Amino acid sequence: MSKLTVVEGSYAVAHAVKVCRPDVIPAYPITPQTHIVEELSQFAANGEIGACEYITVESEFSAISVLIGASAAGARTYSATTSQGLALMHEVLFNASGMRLPLVMTVANRAMSAPLSIWNDHQDSIAQRDVGWIQLYAEDPQETADMTPQAYKICEDSKIMLPAMACFDGFILTHVYEPVVLLEQDLTDEFLPPFAPEHILDPSNPKTFGAFADPSIYTEFRYMQELGMSAALKKIETVADEFNEIYGRYYGGLIDGYYLDDAEIVLVAMGSVIGTIKDVIDELRAGGKKVGLLKIRSFRPFPTDAIRDAVKNAAIIVPLDKSISIGKYEGALCTEIKASLYNTRIDIPVLGYIFGHGGRDIPPERIKKIVSEAEKAIVSGITIESSYADLQEELL
Amino acid sequence: MSSKLCIGGIVEPGSTVINKTGSWRSFKPIYHHEKCIKCGICELSCPESCIIKTEDGYYEIDYDYCKGCGICSNECPRQTIEMALEEK
Repeated sequence: MSKLTVVEGSYAVAHAVKVCRPDVIPAYPITPQTHIVEELSQFAANGEIGACEYITVESEFSAISVLIGASAAGARTYSATTSQGLALMHEVLFNASGMRLPLVMTVANRAMSAPLSIWNDHQDSIAQRDVGWIQLYAEDPQETADMTPQAYKICEDSKIMLPAMACFDGFILTHVYEPVVLLEQDLTDEFLPPFAPEHILDPSNPKTFGAFADPSIYTEFRYMQELGMSAALKKIETVADEFNEIYGRYYGGLIDGYYLDDAEIVLVAMGSVIGTIKDVIDELRAGGKKVGLLKIRSFRPFPTDAIRDAVKNAAIIVPLDKSISIGKYEGALCTEIKASLYNTRIDIPVLGYIFGHGGRDIPPERIKKIVSEAEKAIVSGITIESSYADLQEELL
Repeated sequence: MSSKLCIGGIVEPGSTVINKTGSWRSFKPIYHHEKCIKCGICELSCPESCIIKTEDGYYEIDYDYCKGCGICSNECPRQTIEMALEEK
């Protein structure tokens, strides 16, 4: 039995990074991610991460640029960011995936400014959907910590070689203190082999990364990234199993289900709200309501087949989003799930809700209200496809 | 291109030699050596090192990589280099 220690979520993640033996950590502080890189700076200063080079950079743009240079030189690299910091990285995120560099970055999900908010939603990482990074979402500090070696093992696979964001909810998970198993060094060494890329920047054997591609070859490079993502679909599942064998913990692969098999109402969500939803489902199930949860762990690659299979017997699907595409009035899960069900024989109504933006609390009552709306929609049909579940109309 | 592409746009050294960028040219420099005073300003001002000194001290143009920017023609004090429309 592994020992549980009460630590802050950020500490659990920083500790997990440490046991992955990173070689280079460029870091720039930004709320609510700061505690992760603070802890790592302590570890590095104490000599607890071997010869790891901890580089204080002057912006997130530099942080991601250092990640790229160091990763191309063959280093296992790590950084963490959020919100405006992630947005500042945007241009370089494409270079990381285009140059096929398997760097891992924790994103402590936070709302986008303006208006200024330091609290949680998923707008920051969802806005980076198309940069070609693997995006994984965790439910609690333990899963986020465990996702770190998993992410390295997934993205360093020679068939994948893509960067990964391990996303977890800012403040709700970064700043919570709860019991976690701090990842053991010996188990992590057994689980995660050293980074040994086929191609590295080396002055004695010079190469160019991300060279110029004219119209005769550009498409093929983009398609090769797509092939890498396709390979990740399977690898995310096998890595979750391998992690379970060594550490004895499992959170699902691409997706996870909770009372999904016979569920008529399937709620779909990512991140920390999963815990609240599970509690609500326990209560509703005790009252005989057939409610289940589809937890999305991997948003990129998007697990289209796994989702189709998981929801095919539902009476209604209810995506719950902490993001919005303004001008479409839908969250990302809602849009992508509807797109995944089109051109199939599955004809199940999809009722989308957006909530929890800018850190607005999501109490169990809100989930229950959504479930009761879904029950009504099963009978009377859907009138509004997608809407805010927690809008305060009296303020408008 | 016949060889297989490597992920990440990773290439060995020398790829710019294979890629004959002179094909981008829309105007072609034509060098009239009879007017040339061998001052070398064209060679110094070419951003692509496409003007090469020959053994007799005059110059020739490397059309494989010259992109036709016309700087040499503009800088030449003796109007030795004429820019002609590239016809393909």
